[in-house]
Amino acid sequence: MGNMTDKRTITVSVNGTKYTKEVPVRITLADFIRYELGLTGTHLGCEHGVCGACTILLDGRSARSCLMLAVQADGHELLTVEGIAPSPDKLHPLQEAFRDNHGLQCGFCTPGMLTTLLEFLRDNPDPTEQEVRVAISGNLCRCTGYQGIVLAALDAAKRIKAARA
Amino acid sequence: MKPPPFQYHDPKTLAEAVGLLGKLDNAKLLAGGQSLMPMLNMRFVQPDHIIDINRVEGMSGIKESGGALEIGAMTRQRDLEFSDLIEARCPLLHQAIMHIGHRQTRNRGTIGGSLCHLDPAAELVSVCAAHDAMVTVAGPNGTREIAFADFPAGYLTPAIELNEIVTTIRIPLWPAGHKAAFIEFSRRHGDFAIVSAAALLQVDGGKISRASVTVGGVAVAPVRVRDVEKAITGQAPTSELFAKVCESCRSIEAMADIHASADYRQHLAAVLSRRALEKAAGLADNAPWNRVH
Repeated sequence: MGNMTDKRTITVSVNGTKYTKEVPVRITLADFIRYELGLTGTHLGCEHGVCGACTILLDGRSARSCLMLAVQADGHELLTVEGIAPSPDKLHPLQEAFRDNHGLQCGFCTPGMLTTLLEFLRDNPDPTEQEVRVAISGNLCRCTGYQGIVLAALDAAKRIKAARA
Repeated sequence: MKPPPFQYHDPKTLAEAVGLLGKLDNAKLLAGGQSLMPMLNMRFVQPDHIIDINRVEGMSGIKESGGALEIGAMTRQRDLEFSDLIEARCPLLHQAIMHIGHRQTRNRGTIGGSLCHLDPAAELVSVCAAHDAMVTVAGPNGTREIAFADFPAGYLTPAIELNEIVTTIRIPLWPAGHKAAFIEFSRRHGDFAIVSAAALLQVDGGKISRASVTVGGVAVAPVRVRDVEKAITGQAPTSELFAKVCESCRSIEAMADIHASADYRQHLAAVLSRRALEKAAGLADNAPWNRVH
């Protein structure tokens, strides 16, 4: 077996669905999600861990999917942006807050922003503006100037709290 | 931008990992992947074999033992960040963690990976230098301990053999009540520091009885500024004293790169070492640069 064809069969759960696939060992988790699973909501910007667009949740924790190999996700649970909304016709409160606060323009950074903030708001349900700014410091946005995203995150914290009450 | 071809190995035990490392040519260990994966994607490194140690049992955990923190090499930076033990017993490490990358990278990045990558500006490398850490490595003939002062062999190069794996980091603790401060200067939050400074102080009866001052990002490995440590020991901690003695940091041999000239790094070393000492000594509570984040 040569290097070029080194492959492994992996099983991952993505947004609650189990997939078993044979993958080249050198494919990144990001490319696996996009090209093997067809879930193109996860975006690839820099592919070296700087822009944050490819952020997914691995067993509930945010990770840059361009900095993992698909084989490393074998046996783990992933959540991508496609899995955030509770149903096809209903947005998650975080997504609603993004829409209502101009939290996106072109939408390229949005999947990474949403997954990052989903974990952050779970860890810190009542954040300050400064804490939100630190939380999204690993996600680059070239449209909004971040202001709308910060407002959306603070608004989402309130909405999530209200939904629980 | 994709990783070059390689063969992938995921050992389940340390012995298996050491065996593979000794047997395979041009092999790289994959820990948290937050440095190696970008280097693979950009093809700065082209290993024939990747040995992924994420499935090796028993390589992570944080405990206190014999006056030191014992941290497994595969302990994630996130787990250091959220450790009550570290917050209570090793404030320098607790402060430093918050400067490492971002939540997404700390969730994956490991302490052992950071030490072996040995970036000159890496926070964990500076903390280990400041605390005189001991690094345990496992090889085919068993384990050995390396004093952290001897750990850096050069730029991005730890003094470990090709068939050795870092397993544990021992960080000797300072007495309860000691003071610590970690500060750094970077262009943006979460970026690599251009220069960082770590200060540890033990103050008894109004006088400094023990001091550790480290600057990172200046030379190829963190520098313990022994002449500053010596000059402030036995003295009362004051801003004037720190400002005077930290001037000597301008003579540290410094690197130059696209981010900063050698002169600028020397300047930052003098300023940041002074500020770290002031912060540790509680003299900087109202300083404009000492904002909470």
